[in-house]
Amino acid sequence: MSLQVVTANRLDDGLAVFMTADDGWSTDLRDAVCAEDAPQAEALMARADTEKQQVTVVGPYLIDVAQEDGVLVPTKYREVLRTLGPSVRTDLGYQAG
Amino acid sequence: MYRYDDFDRQLLAERTAQFRDQVARRISGELTEDQFKPLRLMNGVYLQLHAYMLRVAVPYGTMNGEQMRKLGYIARTYDKGYGHFTTRQNIQYNWPKLNEIPDALADLATVEMHAIQTSGNCIRNTTTDQYAGAAADEIEDPRPYCELIRQWSTFHPEFTYLPRKFKIAVTGSPNDRAAVRVHDIGLRMHKNDAGETGFEVIVGGGLGRTPFVGKTVRDFIGKNDLFSYLEAILRVYNRFGRRDNKYKARIKILVHEVGVDEIRRLVEEEWSKIRDGSLRVSDDEIAQYIAQFAPPAFEELQANDPEFERRKQAHPDFAAWVRSNVIAHKQPGYAIANISLKPIGGIPGDATADQMELVGDLADQYSFGDVRVTHEQNLVLPHVKKADLFALWAELNSALLATANLGFVTDIIACPGLDYCALATARSIPLSQRISERFGDLERQYDIGELKIKISGCINACGHHHVGHIGILGLDKRGKEFYQITLGGDASQDASIGKIAGAGFSEAEVVDAIEALITRYIDIRTVGERFIDTYRRVGMDPFKEVLYGDR
Ligand code: HEM
Ligand code: SF4
Repeated sequence: MSLQVVTANRLDDGLAVFMTADDGWSTDLRDAVCAEDAPQAEALMARADTEKQQVTVVGPYLIDVAQEDGVLVPTKYREVLRTLGPSVRTDLGYQAG
Repeated sequence: MYRYDDFDRQLLAERTAQFRDQVARRISGELTEDQFKPLRLMNGVYLQLHAYMLRVAVPYGTMNGEQMRKLGYIARTYDKGYGHFTTRQNIQYNWPKLNEIPDALADLATVEMHAIQTSGNCIRNTTTDQYAGAAADEIEDPRPYCELIRQWSTFHPEFTYLPRKFKIAVTGSPNDRAAVRVHDIGLRMHKNDAGETGFEVIVGGGLGRTPFVGKTVRDFIGKNDLFSYLEAILRVYNRFGRRDNKYKARIKILVHEVGVDEIRRLVEEEWSKIRDGSLRVSDDEIAQYIAQFAPPAFEELQANDPEFERRKQAHPDFAAWVRSNVIAHKQPGYAIANISLKPIGGIPGDATADQMELVGDLADQYSFGDVRVTHEQNLVLPHVKKADLFALWAELNSALLATANLGFVTDIIACPGLDYCALATARSIPLSQRISERFGDLERQYDIGELKIKISGCINACGHHHVGHIGILGLDKRGKEFYQITLGGDASQDASIGKIAGAGFSEAEVVDAIEALITRYIDIRTVGERFIDTYRRVGMDPFKEVLYGDR
């Protein structure tokens, strides 16, 4: 199985976020906590999908990621775009820095 | 000009206050997302890939200058300085924060705008000809009927939970610019043998995953009977539409499954019970609505303006813009000016806050404060004096709003696609930009002639690809974007659904494929033939051949 992390959109501003080891959320995928197998992924989802988390984020789900040169990157292009911003507006979103 | 009445104003104020409360309760955790989602959708708020999205209604695509400026203000204040005009004659904002959206809605309400009926399984905003009230080829202004439909359908108690969303489009001209044959109900105004004006009623058109050209259920319905007839159609749909399967719930599926004759029988039966009831609209009432859309105070002018002719001689760029973007007006001495939101290599339908504010000002200055949004993602100033066209063009030009490409190959419809949309399977915008750059040269565009390219980023077909002369559908093939080409679609009075040419193309190949199609067309066209005409004459094979050879 590929490595997985939990992503969601933040409730207040809607931005893409990734779950961290302390059950918090970061806008940077590199801060995310990784699941290495299915039971771990399930456990992560259980921590993400609670009533308490609902006050912070919307719609948590698992995505596949890979280690590339020591950093986590999503495998699917859709999720790559969520870590960057629109490819047609590189002045906007996380990619704008 | 038409105005919201007090009822609307109060209703909007209540709705905004209610939504503010709902947002507060969601943020405090009192409402779960499951409880909140239908409420936000009812107020035009979606969640997209990067952020929330707010869809604001522009009823039948008509606005005044102040409203247009307010859209610019919203873009600057609550978004990142731009907005996206859509094929539904609406505008979408891509970055609003949830806790600020109630403020944005309150600001919109100050100019009588809102996000109602932009989402959910209700009767959505009615769309119409962007040249309504101005076009030389129009029988009558369709907007009074659109407004009647709006009032009849807004919060209609029977129709707030239809099996699925429901879209109505109206054209008052025989040249259909509102794509009425691909809507749930399309109304085409025409005159019967007795010389009365009424509507052909077309039902069951639609795009999405199963596209259909609508079928005529009635050749002619008089104006007074229109609303009882619409009500009868909606009742039949409400009763028989398939609620068991989201993908089969649109009226087009019902019409297709039971056949138009049976639908006609059911509708006529229902109508016979209600036709003399309260939905019959009297001539007096209709006259009141027509008065709300009374033409502006046109001056009596000569059809031709010598100064205008001289400017065209002196400024080839201006002449080119007039040739492609300016259209005949019914009033002598006036013209309809189209503002292209398709700069070469730009993002179709996007406008900056500054551009929106400028267009609002120009509408006030040159077009009786009237501005329109088109389903092809452009803007229109409908009532400009020919004598003012040069000054208008110069201002548009300085704001990058004078691209002279209306209806040509770079006037591409593209949905937001994977750059923004959570449902997308591929990007649409970058492809439209690359095609636009490939064919950016104006002389080349004019040589190619009218050609409608429409791109959707998934099977939902928000970018109308099924009715593009060349349609492009973005799909995901094992994690890679790839693009399926359809040919022969048409959204006009000669509506047709495009046919899939064959296997899809990779992102790297697709622009070359489009160019090959266009080159083939140029090689085989006869004089005066548009791409679609040639396609209809010769069929798919010559085009398939250049795409696939012997493959
Ligand atoms: C970005 C958020 C959007 C979402 C989530 C969305 C969702 C959908 C869905 C699910 C459908 C299929 C409906 C069906 O077949 O029953 C659809 C159809 C459609 N949408 Fe969108 N859409 C979005 C944006 C847009 C935009 C930007 C436009 C205009 C450019 C648009 C215009 C349309 C049109 C014209 C159709 C097809 C007509 C029809 O059969 O209803 N939508 N949309
Ligand atoms: S066609 Fe698909 S990708 Fe494009 S806006 Fe509609 S739902 Fe999104």
